Amino acid sequence: MTVAFKKTKGLTDKPLHYCPGCTHGIIHRLVAEVLEELEVLDKTIGVAPVGCSVFAYDYFNCDMQEAAHGRAPAVATGIKRVNPDKVVFTYQGDGDLASIGAAEIVHAAHRGEKITTIFVNNAIYGMTGGQMAPTTLVGQKATTAPYGRDEAHCGKSLKVSEMLATIDGAKFVERVSVNSPANIRKAKKAIKKAFELQLANKGFGIVEVLSTCPTNWGLSPVEAIKWLEANMIPYYPLGNLRDVEEAK
Amino acid sequence: MAKILMKGNEAIGAAAIKAGCRYFFGYPITPQNEVPEYMARELPKVGGVFLQAESEVAAINMVYGASGAGARVMTSSSSPGIALKQEGISYIAGAELPCVVVNVVRGGPGLGGIQPAQSDYYQATRGGGNGDYRMPVYAPSSIQETVDLIMGAFDVADQYRTPVMILADGMIGQMMEPIEFKEPKKRELAPKTWATTGTKDERKPNIINSLFIDPQELEDHCIRLEKKYDLIAQNECLVEEYKLEGAEIVVAAYGTTSRIVKNAIDKCAELGIKVGLIRPITLWPFPFASFEKIEDTTKAVLTVEMSTGQMIDDVKIAMNGRMPVEFYGRTGGMVPTPDAIVEKIKKIVGGEK
Ligand SMILES: Cc1ncc(C[n+]2csc(CCOP(=O)(O)OP(=O)(O)O)c2C)c(N)n1
Ligand code: SF4
Repeated sequence: MTVAFKKTKGLTDKPLHYCPGCTHGIIHRLVAEVLEELEVLDKTIGVAPVGCSVFAYDYFNCDMQEAAHGRAPAVATGIKRVNPDKVVFTYQGDGDLASIGAAEIVHAAHRGEKITTIFVNNAIYGMTGGQMAPTTLVGQKATTAPYGRDEAHCGKSLKVSEMLATIDGAKFVERVSVNSPANIRKAKKAIKKAFELQLANKGFGIVEVLSTCPTNWGLSPVEAIKWLEANMIPYYPLGNLRDVEEAK
Repeated sequence: MAKILMKGNEAIGAAAIKAGCRYFFGYPITPQNEVPEYMARELPKVGGVFLQAESEVAAINMVYGASGAGARVMTSSSSPGIALKQEGISYIAGAELPCVVVNVVRGGPGLGGIQPAQSDYYQATRGGGNGDYRMPVYAPSSIQETVDLIMGAFDVADQYRTPVMILADGMIGQMMEPIEFKEPKKRELAPKTWATTGTKDERKPNIINSLFIDPQELEDHCIRLEKKYDLIAQNECLVEEYKLEGAEIVVAAYGTTSRIVKNAIDKCAELGIKVGLIRPITLWPFPFASFEKIEDTTKAVLTVEMSTGQMIDDVKIAMNGRMPVEFYGRTGGMVPTPDAIVEKIKKIVGGEK
């Protein structure tokens, strides 16, 4: 009997703790499959963030370090400088990466740090209960933006990938989404390319993945996917923003 | 080996490299800039890596990553910079990783000044970072001692898997003295089997972490850490005792202040006043035993610091009400003079407050 689909070796047997319908799980799986397919699990060190994916260190089947809120790119820098021949990645939420850790991600990209960042943008702080993130959409309600995000009061939503794509050290920047099977396949392709870039020692690579937070958006999983499609994708357009290979 | 004349900050870098430190992450701040400058110059020559981080917060987290990956790693800064590093120091202590952190102290609070001070005693010995952690804090009084302590500090860090702080002050950083590099005492060090270097398919994944969601697990972790700290307190306490026998007054002072105090003690001897000195070399663990030895015939203990009085709290705990504990200090970058200390001692001996 041929096996058409099986569990990836890139994930441990630990059951994921994510809420029903949360797309963090899909993104974990994509990263894990890519690491398995590239046959680098035994030489990978991942860095887990603070946020709903804080337990990522229990899920990925490779060496892991847990970082302080926002500091994953700095921690990954330390790891990579000691292990230049290993694969190092960070997995970070949008509060983690775009708010408290904005300086760390900008400068890791700026140095051309040879690491891969998986940036999960769900437009909200999940773990702490739905507060506003820099990525929260204008008009979107959050517990700390109870009347909806007001641009005049706290600015527009931060387009991190567009910003990072202006930095020379960032060699691969792509925004993907996991809202449909087709987009999930595209997301996996981008994640793979970002890791291949690292394996080729080219520089910093980041994949922003639009993700849902049904719990804090107050929507069912299906409604959440629809909300993502109707609201997030128009503001955060999918596609490649920078690819050194293509540019050549 | 012949002695060489070196500036304190450069000697700090040289000692670290001799101790096997190959990674340094830092951010400029006066009066410690010669440390990163030295490392930038010298580390590449020995196959090491110097990296100037975008901030102290990033620097200490790079240290966390590098240490987790099994490297000997150091960072240095000065007071406001160390304040930013406290976040990472707490995580490093929580995840039980070894590293050396140098604080070339300047005056505070806030931006303060750039002259030597000892006003970071609380910050160094009372955490500053969150949670139940301690870390060995060494306070050298000369450049030779700084070098000796740094060379030993990497081993202490590795043996106990803990951050270790060298609390120098601006004076130590900026002055020049002749030094020689001596081999530190050999320690049995376990291989770093916990490091994240890739599993190579030979073992289960290693996880470096300080998160314990289950309160019972966190309590267990903290109690385990506490036992480790007890062991450090038993084994690693360093102190210099000077002329304690028959002393009318015992002075407690550390770092460069203790050198000024020694000068004052000699002047007192000429005046016929017997004064002794307890110089904590480790501020944590604090040398309580030396204070317990103070004879009942001693009139008072005088704490002299380049601060408005911080170590005095530990001295008071050590004396536990046995005799008066007096204080003399200058702060903000002002340095006590031997004569001012002699005057204070004369007043105490004369029964004045
Ligand atoms: C220094 C610090 N500040 C605040 C927190 C609290 N905190 C934990 S998770 C989080 C938000 C995470 O949101 P995000 O990165 O968007 O990830 P998500 O939970 O949505 O996956 C915050 C603010 C913390 N742990 N540490
Ligand atoms: S709170 Fe939101 S982001 Fe966090 S696990 Fe639940 S659905 Fe996912």
